[in-house]
Amino acid sequence: MAVLNDEQVMLRDMAREWVDNEAPVAAFRRLRDTGEAVDRAAWDAAGQMGWAGIVVPEEHGGSAFGYLSLGLVAEQLGRNLVASPLAATAPAATAIAVGIDEPARAEWLPRIAVGEAVAALAIDEGAHHDPAAIATEVVDGRLTGTKCFVAEGDAAALFVVAARDGLYLVADGEGVTRTPRAMADARSHADVRFEKAPATRLGGLELTAATVDRAAAIASAEMLGMAEAAFARTNDYLKTRVQFGQPLASFQALQHRMARMFTELELMRSAVEAALEAIDAGRSDTDQAVSLAKALGSDTLKLVSREMIQLHGGIGMTDEHDAGLYLKRAAVLEAMWGNAAWHRDRFGRLNGY
Amino acid sequence: MAEPAADPHAAFRADARAWLSEHFPPALRGKDNALSAIEGPTDESEDERRWRGAIGDKGWGVPTWPAAYGGGGLSRAEARVLGEEMARAGAWNPIGGMGVMMFGPTLLEYGSEAQKREHIPAIARGEVRWCQGYSEPGAGSDLASLQCFAEDRGDHYLVNGQKTWTSGGQWADKCFALVRTDRTRKHEGISFLLIDMDAAGVEVKPIRLISGQSPFCETFFTDVTVPKANLVGREGEGWTIGKRLLQHERSSLSGGGSTGRLLGGKPVSAIAKHYRGTDADGRLGDGDLRARVIRHEMDVRAFALTLRRAALEAKTNQGPSAATSIMKNVGARITQDRAELAIEAMGMQGLGWEGEGFSAEELTQTRSWLWGKAVSIYGGSTEIQNNVVAKRILGMLDHQ
Repeated sequence: MAVLNDEQVMLRDMAREWVDNEAPVAAFRRLRDTGEAVDRAAWDAAGQMGWAGIVVPEEHGGSAFGYLSLGLVAEQLGRNLVASPLAATAPAATAIAVGIDEPARAEWLPRIAVGEAVAALAIDEGAHHDPAAIATEVVDGRLTGTKCFVAEGDAAALFVVAARDGLYLVADGEGVTRTPRAMADARSHADVRFEKAPATRLGGLELTAATVDRAAAIASAEMLGMAEAAFARTNDYLKTRVQFGQPLASFQALQHRMARMFTELELMRSAVEAALEAIDAGRSDTDQAVSLAKALGSDTLKLVSREMIQLHGGIGMTDEHDAGLYLKRAAVLEAMWGNAAWHRDRFGRLNGY
Repeated sequence: MAEPAADPHAAFRADARAWLSEHFPPALRGKDNALSAIEGPTDESEDERRWRGAIGDKGWGVPTWPAAYGGGGLSRAEARVLGEEMARAGAWNPIGGMGVMMFGPTLLEYGSEAQKREHIPAIARGEVRWCQGYSEPGAGSDLASLQCFAEDRGDHYLVNGQKTWTSGGQWADKCFALVRTDRTRKHEGISFLLIDMDAAGVEVKPIRLISGQSPFCETFFTDVTVPKANLVGREGEGWTIGKRLLQHERSSLSGGGSTGRLLGGKPVSAIAKHYRGTDADGRLGDGDLRARVIRHEMDVRAFALTLRRAALEAKTNQGPSAATSIMKNVGARITQDRAELAIEAMGMQGLGWEGEGFSAEELTQTRSWLWGKAVSIYGGSTEIQNNVVAKRILGMLDHQ
């Protein structure tokens, strides 16, 4: 566990309490069963609790606590699969906050900080994360292009969009068409078509890269929470399920599998916290730290979520049990913002091997 | 091309070829629905109904079963020739399910003459669907702890209890079940009973899986009357009979249908090249994925070689090969690795749930990735299979 200050400890504990009391996995299940992809109540709460403003500067109504703090909240939301648009909105908010357009900051950041406006990152144009393959162009302040699988695209009031020459802000409205995509995780994803949509420039390709890294780091924090919860629930189950006259937890073969997962989780936590701290410190090797977190995070969550099913046995295969919800969300997060293979490759390139 | 020197089955081969050309409707070539066992019965077309009738009359849906009970009465060698000729004609076997794979062979071995005459011909003709009543909520890997109770009421049993993972329970006509007839003995208190699914007191509730499909049910028995004539073997012999049936299940899960489809399906290397592209030398563009795809394709090759070796060893009468004990786990691993690699290669397109933005192939891939997580759980989990290897093959001690 990173060394947290008093504010961060309080933030984490409050988030944990809120998630456990107000947003159990059953709440996400109800949302899914009614065909809703965004948990509006969770977003309202994020505004009221100040989470939506954690990365918003104080002069625009936020607390500017930073990414380590945001990660503490994202981790708690991940534990119970809360369908909050916080993980999409926050990196978009940072892009606006550090971007070059002062009026955009004044217009959007206060609305984001109170949980009024959902923002989405519209970066990739295919089924795989590939920031080098962007065709979207801006001509005379009008942006044209198609973005695929935009997370929280259903609910977004504004988009932070990657074009060939950098990052732009596009408000929902003229020239914006969205088509929802029904994914296995039952969360909000949409293809978004921009047709000569009025766009405000936020910065160049460096800003695009930094924004994607922040998104990947927050996704990793959400994945950490999911992995922790999936692990804890599996561990509890092994202690209660009796077969052959004894709890499954008494079998050494299973004990060792849990010990192995615990080991991977500890490594994952270190990597995720280091990435968030690197972002806050503005370190020059933030990209490597993020790749380490997302690669380890994807592999670890893959291990834990698949083992959650296997170790629960048949009951884990039923839709009634939560294991499948973790598995499906895990697979989508693994694919978002670069999968493990993509980040291993980048880590290798950044280090010259 | 030279003809094979001497085909000892040339006459049978010619007969089979002629019969297939007369009876297999060409419109059905290659139309076998491999997922029908999971997704339930599809509406039968007129051609399909006719084909099922023809092969049922001939007994060739169960080619090696005795002709006296409606089987084909063929030797194993002849059955192999028939299989080759069917593949050549693009024909497929419409007679299947648990009755053919598991229950039929077991009843032929343990059933009374009357039971065989009553049940086997209907299975051979694909007219009666059977389901398996084994697992219970509290009896999964530890199957022998099952509690579903059959009380002796003189001329009949009164059955009360619950079964789960009843494959195709919502479509089945009959159920072969393991029930407890004696609460004082664990394994010796179990009996093998045949239960009509439309009997009063039988209630079936489909279980929705993480893949969205419902191939299994929970089955509840409340004061169900079962005639004593439906007891297979003797009271207390159920564990022995039930285990024998599981051997049929495991061999069909590993060596038979699913593996055949696994080895015959589109290789994941082709899927990966399609979705991830190739470099100037034709190699998969994503080097990290490429290394893992190669490892998987090598696994598949080694598995196919092992299946062949095990078949050869069994044929040359050295008894069942030790290699058979690893088949289910390797098959499960390959199935799951393949699905994981496929969805990774497809990226977000491989994680769709529904909608026009995904091809039918992509949506099927997502669902079968999820469904495939069951392969290492059902029919004896990977852990139970490993126990069998450790204890029976390696001679290791029981858990103390």
